[in-house]
Amino acid sequence: MNFPGSGLIKGMWVTLVNGVGSFFDPQRSKRLITEQYPEERPKLAEASRSFPFLIFDNDPEAGIRCTSCKICEKECPPQCIFIEQDKDANGKLFRRPKVFNIDISVCMSCQICVEVCPFESIRMDNIYEMSSYDRFGSLVVTKAQLLKSNEYYHGIHPTEAATTDARIEAARIKKAAAAKVTAEKAAAAKAAAAAKAAEEKAVSEKAEPPQPEQTA
Amino acid sequence: MSFPPHTSLFNEGNGAGAQTLDVSLGPQHPSTHGVFRMNVRMDGETIVKLQPVFGYLHRNHEKLAERNSWLGSMPYTDRLDYLCPITNNWAYAVAVEKLAGIEVPERAEYIRVIVGELTRLQNHTVFLGFILGDMGSWGSALMYAFREREKILDLFEELTGARMMVNYMRFGGVRCDFPVGWLEKARAYIETYPAFLDEMESLLVGNEILLARLQGVAPVTAERAINAGLSGPVLRASGVDYDIRKVDGYGIYPRLSFRVPRGEVGDCFDRFMIRLLEARESIKLLQQAFAQIPAGPIVNPVVKQRGFKPPVGEAYGRIESPKGELGFHLVSEGGEKPYRYHIRPPSLINLTLLEEMCLGSKLADVMVILGSIDIVLGEVDR
Repeated sequence: MNFPGSGLIKGMWVTLVNGVGSFFDPQRSKRLITEQYPEERPKLAEASRSFPFLIFDNDPEAGIRCTSCKICEKECPPQCIFIEQDKDANGKLFRRPKVFNIDISVCMSCQICVEVCPFESIRMDNIYEMSSYDRFGSLVVTKAQLLKSNEYYHGIHPTEAATTDARIEAARIKKAAAAKVTAEKAAAAKAAAAAKAAEEKAVSEKAEPPQPEQTA
Repeated sequence: MSFPPHTSLFNEGNGAGAQTLDVSLGPQHPSTHGVFRMNVRMDGETIVKLQPVFGYLHRNHEKLAERNSWLGSMPYTDRLDYLCPITNNWAYAVAVEKLAGIEVPERAEYIRVIVGELTRLQNHTVFLGFILGDMGSWGSALMYAFREREKILDLFEELTGARMMVNYMRFGGVRCDFPVGWLEKARAYIETYPAFLDEMESLLVGNEILLARLQGVAPVTAERAINAGLSGPVLRASGVDYDIRKVDGYGIYPRLSFRVPRGEVGDCFDRFMIRLLEARESIKLLQQAFAQIPAGPIVNPVVKQRGFKPPVGEAYGRIESPKGELGFHLVSEGGEKPYRYHIRPPSLINLTLLEEMCLGSKLADVMVILGSIDIVLGEVDR
């Protein structure tokens, strides 16, 4: 079947089959109708990521995992993170951030900060409605807005959060074991030192018997 | 600002007494694939002079990379050819691995082939839609193509967390393994792909209007294509058997069997058909990779990604990206940052012949010729 115009007719047949067929497609509701966005939200993939946030355990002040080591600030490719370390009145530095700002108008959601963080403290969020009329104020996200609980993290990335928690737990056990070993060693060393001291004392006592007190 | 009375876009005069017209095509034009601009001089409808104007999307990528750490440039490579970010990642990773002599685990190589060929598939699918758009048919073909591309992007989102800006490759491997059920999903989806390509083919190939617009338009001889440094589908459409997957045999490509389609005439129709045929070869590659993928580590554990310091030296690593030969030339001084970071973008170099191809054609053909080269401006301007 090859007459002039046959290619056109063949193509139109494909569009006809697609057009009419769409009314009888079993996947019609899933595939062929646009998502009515503000009313219905897309179900995001678990790995889906948008902007970083900071994790805290239990308490947003005491439980903050970030130690303001500033590795993420240094590694961030577009340099959108700004950290200032906290210190007390005497100028003594704490291992926690006082200021932690992320300029999400610059952030490119690459998650390099997540990968380089040694304290499992910064992770990717999946919120996406961040637009605002205020160009300079609300797009710089501050520490108070960034802090979110570990439970929230478990809610959005369950698999990743579980592995993170397992890693933290393993590190904690290892650290505890190491501390125990160190403590035992210290105790053993102390005991040995005490024993040695006692022995030395005994030896010295033996070698030099106490002289009778000289009387004048 | 006042305009000069003479409206020529070129430095010299307006031709020797001829009634020519200078038109600035783009940069804001839906057919210029982004912000590409062409200064065109026409005699009637025929092109007598054409001058591309680049730089509207310049982002200083190469200089930024000299400021960033080695790892920090990886997300920037996503933005080069933003239709196929994964192959950009791959080219950069290949160059760095060559520079530092890093081994890649086998599973990681298979993952790279799977995601890379999915990228090629979606790039060529979108090409089929876009070139129809360039011919003035903003309808069925583009919508069908985007429908299928969206499904591949969904797969990417489940795997990497982002549809397009994936940041997926790492030096000596990939960032994360497939989530549970991903491989089955991808495999089931690829099973349905040949049917879609068949549908596309019966919709487009054989259509008399499409043939009239593509056949015999801007043929490029094999010799000319080689001399101009073309690569990728554009080169193979001219009949040159040159595919870096075969020539270099990087990764695990030597283990997989696939054919390299070639054109004969090198006209727009050959450049169009070669994408369709390559998409079919990609499906074959994907099916083999799905069947053979082994278990194992996904990244070389020896490599320190943060604070990565390759030894002093330089390397040029290249892969066959969907657009052509994508290469990175890296020079290291042994520090945390590259001393020089240069990209060989296929889109830019494939544009070398644009004027020659367009001369003597009609204005409407310029769009089709540009579309058949398949450029992405993120890569042209960098």
